[in-house]
Amino acid sequence: MNTKTLMYIVKRVLLAIVTIWVVITVTFFVMHAVPGGPFTGEKAVTKQVMAAMEAKYGLDKPLGTQYLTYLKDICLHFDFGPSLKQRGRNVNGIILDGMKTSAKLGILAAFIALIFGVVLGSFAALRRNKLVDRIIMVMTTAFVSMPSFIMGSFLLIIFSINLKMFPANGAARNGLFLPVVTLSLYPMAYITRLTRSSMLEVLGQDYIRTAKAKGVSGTKIIFGHALKNSLIPVITYFGPMLAGIVTGSLVVEQIFAVPGIGRAFVNSITGRDYPLVMGTTIVLAALIVIMNLIGDIMYKVVDPRITLE
Amino acid sequence: MDKKIFSAQVNMDDFIPATDSEKEYMVQMRPSSTFFKDSVKRLLKNKVATTCFFIILFITLAAIFVPMFWPYSYEQMLGMQPGKATDNSFKYLSPFEYSKTEQALIASGEKVVPHIFGTDNQGRDYFIRVVYGTRISLAVGFFASIIVLIIGMTIGSVAGYAGGRVDLIIMRIVDIIYSLPDMLMVILLSSVLKVVMEGALDGTALAKIGSNIISLFIVFGVLYWVSMARLIRGQILSLREQEYVLASQAAGAKGKWIIIKHLIPNCFSVIIISTALQIPSAIFTESYLSFLGLGVNAPMPSLGSLASDALNGVSSYPLGLVIPALVISLIVLSLNLFGDGLRDAFDPKLDT
Repeated sequence: MNTKTLMYIVKRVLLAIVTIWVVITVTFFVMHAVPGGPFTGEKAVTKQVMAAMEAKYGLDKPLGTQYLTYLKDICLHFDFGPSLKQRGRNVNGIILDGMKTSAKLGILAAFIALIFGVVLGSFAALRRNKLVDRIIMVMTTAFVSMPSFIMGSFLLIIFSINLKMFPANGAARNGLFLPVVTLSLYPMAYITRLTRSSMLEVLGQDYIRTAKAKGVSGTKIIFGHALKNSLIPVITYFGPMLAGIVTGSLVVEQIFAVPGIGRAFVNSITGRDYPLVMGTTIVLAALIVIMNLIGDIMYKVVDPRITLE
Repeated sequence: MDKKIFSAQVNMDDFIPATDSEKEYMVQMRPSSTFFKDSVKRLLKNKVATTCFFIILFITLAAIFVPMFWPYSYEQMLGMQPGKATDNSFKYLSPFEYSKTEQALIASGEKVVPHIFGTDNQGRDYFIRVVYGTRISLAVGFFASIIVLIIGMTIGSVAGYAGGRVDLIIMRIVDIIYSLPDMLMVILLSSVLKVVMEGALDGTALAKIGSNIISLFIVFGVLYWVSMARLIRGQILSLREQEYVLASQAAGAKGKWIIIKHLIPNCFSVIIISTALQIPSAIFTESYLSFLGLGVNAPMPSLGSLASDALNGVSSYPLGLVIPALVISLIVLSLNLFGDGLRDAFDPKLDT
């Protein structure tokens, strides 16, 4: 690794840290700009009770002090404070609980997308312009242009309401099957297209012709030469894919009632649970930023010829 | 003619001035072609892009004109008099099915406009709701892209032309906004803006548009201009080294004049391509937000909120979800393919 690459990585890491700080700051001030405190929706409370509540959660201090305390808690203790609506629980616990489910969902979806995408993509490239290729391309075009919430709704109607094959509730047994499929369809379609086009490019290279001329067997050419080289764009898509899965999970968890972090985020917004909104936003944002960071670094390391601005 | 010694042997007839008809024959007049005309010609050769263009045109025209003459409105609950229900058979009609009141009208010889897509759970004609939802979604996509275009173009061209410290600062800000997780920020900002705007908008002309759509526009204006700004800055960085810019500077032109008169028109193809590709992404974002309940205000429909509403009663009326879903997918797909076609046509150097 040369110094230029190293410099690039350092720069990217710094940018990621600044981005996460901006997210924390924006989230904090945006949430505090909302008119009416978090307790205004509650049943009639006397002024004293209100003041006591605000004092308990530190809402009576000046905004700057609150901000610094909040920042310090996150950086030093990784503590997002107590939840306002779910009494007796703190945000950390809720996020950790949701994270277990969401991580399972996301990792499974990523794996399925990767394996099926690469296999289908290579298959389409090797059968170029044949019927199989056409079918794969039409399917992937449809999947890429269909928003995930629509995909999810369709799967819900077909497989759990009409066919009753899978439960509609994500918390039930086998309940994660449909959400995983929904989440994986878009990246799978994207990887398929990516693999197909880069495989086609690689198959036209001189070294493939050389290998053929040497008498290397077809399977060896595909696995030893073609596939390996055509996977570079796929590796670089890995970061954006994981980031996309995190975003997609917000709505997919909502549709299938999966008790994950995305659902906690959406529900906290509608329920005006400010600490939870801030906590989930920051954790999800940090996840996305880190995924993209890893993706960008891999991009650079895998193929040093690539120059990024 | 006899050959004469010492003569140049010139046929004097060759030197007679040409007549007008001869002149016309020689000059092949072809209308001069501009960059724009060339590109449109290339675009028309692309069958997929042309088909998509006509699909979009058709959907847009339908979304604009159908509500003008359609007998039902998007918020009118059929079979409901103010306060009480008069005919409950209006709810959940299948396509082309009539309610009891309407059957009675038909029996008495009157003509009733059919409910092409049936009705929803409150007895509203679903066809007009889908058309109206399409109108809202398209309008949001279009105006959001215009906002992005204006902000991105201004900031990008200033950064590119000014260079130096101005450029550095602007581009660092762009970098940070670019790496913000956009969907999260959109959800967060629009949920908060919705609350803030609701009070501020009461009684103004903007109240009819709804706080959610306005906050959506604000969010777009704040977050999505960065890729446009990056693109335009990149273009301007290379364009400002061109001789015509130097010539203009030598003639005493100011920066603003050079940017508006020389640089931006030369970025035309980049601008048109990325604006065209911005529209589907804006429509997509709007439908996503509407689906989460953060989009347009009820009873106004958008394609996303129609799909979201239909999800609750999906077992009794699956078409309610299928139709808006298909329309969104069709719009997004054709806009994307048309945008790709535009890119191929307007940017021949880019061979993808």
